[in-house]
Amino acid sequence: MTIRVQEDDFDLTRIYSELREAPTGQHTPGAISLFVGLVRDMNNNHTVAAMTLEHYPGMTETRLTAIRDAAMTRWPLGKAIIIHRVGKLYPNDQIVLVGATSSHRQAATEATAFMMDYLKTEAPFWKSEQTADGVTEWVSTRESDMTARTRWQETK
Amino acid sequence: MNIRYFAWLREHIGASSEDITYDQTVKTVSDLVDILRQQSTGHQKALADMTLVRVAVNQVYVDIDHPVTAHDEVAFFPPVTGG
Repeated sequence: MTIRVQEDDFDLTRIYSELREAPTGQHTPGAISLFVGLVRDMNNNHTVAAMTLEHYPGMTETRLTAIRDAAMTRWPLGKAIIIHRVGKLYPNDQIVLVGATSSHRQAATEATAFMMDYLKTEAPFWKSEQTADGVTEWVSTRESDMTARTRWQETK
Repeated sequence: MNIRYFAWLREHIGASSEDITYDQTVKTVSDLVDILRQQSTGHQKALADMTLVRVAVNQVYVDIDHPVTAHDEVAFFPPVTGG
């Protein structure tokens, strides 16, 4: 399963083993790139006690699949995977995993960054943060996320 | 027509989804927004500034002038903040 949206946590060791194996009919990879996003305990100078992730079932999977497919087309990848959690999460919990394998490191690392940048700006997820005093607030978008995505349109 | 709301738009409106009877005068997302704003003060608040709102028709991102028809699923939500 290359696209997963789930409440449950994910096991990095298991995913790594899956990525390490050769894709059907292909050579074994020379490089694995993995990015894992975690819940911070601080954001904009306030303590984060918990976080709730909402999403748009159906559209989320469609967008993530399109992002993964775009990466597979742009770089010579063996495998590419995106896992995103939803529901209630706590500081230090894993939120997201993006991984890619290739013969060489550059394609794997670039594809990972590409998928993450597009996920951040296109996949319909919304975070709300709960502070220690019980105040809940929707997280606002960052200009830097949009800038990060735009770089992929300028290069290559 | 099925309308979906997410995040703070859902909170203002007090519902994650609603079915509305298709009105023949509604040709675009923009026309639909005008109709929806009249539903309640919550709708009005949620859809007051469309520069803060993203729109998807049948789960595909569209602009405000995109056409809508009777059987479309139209979703309104804030810019995304996942990852």
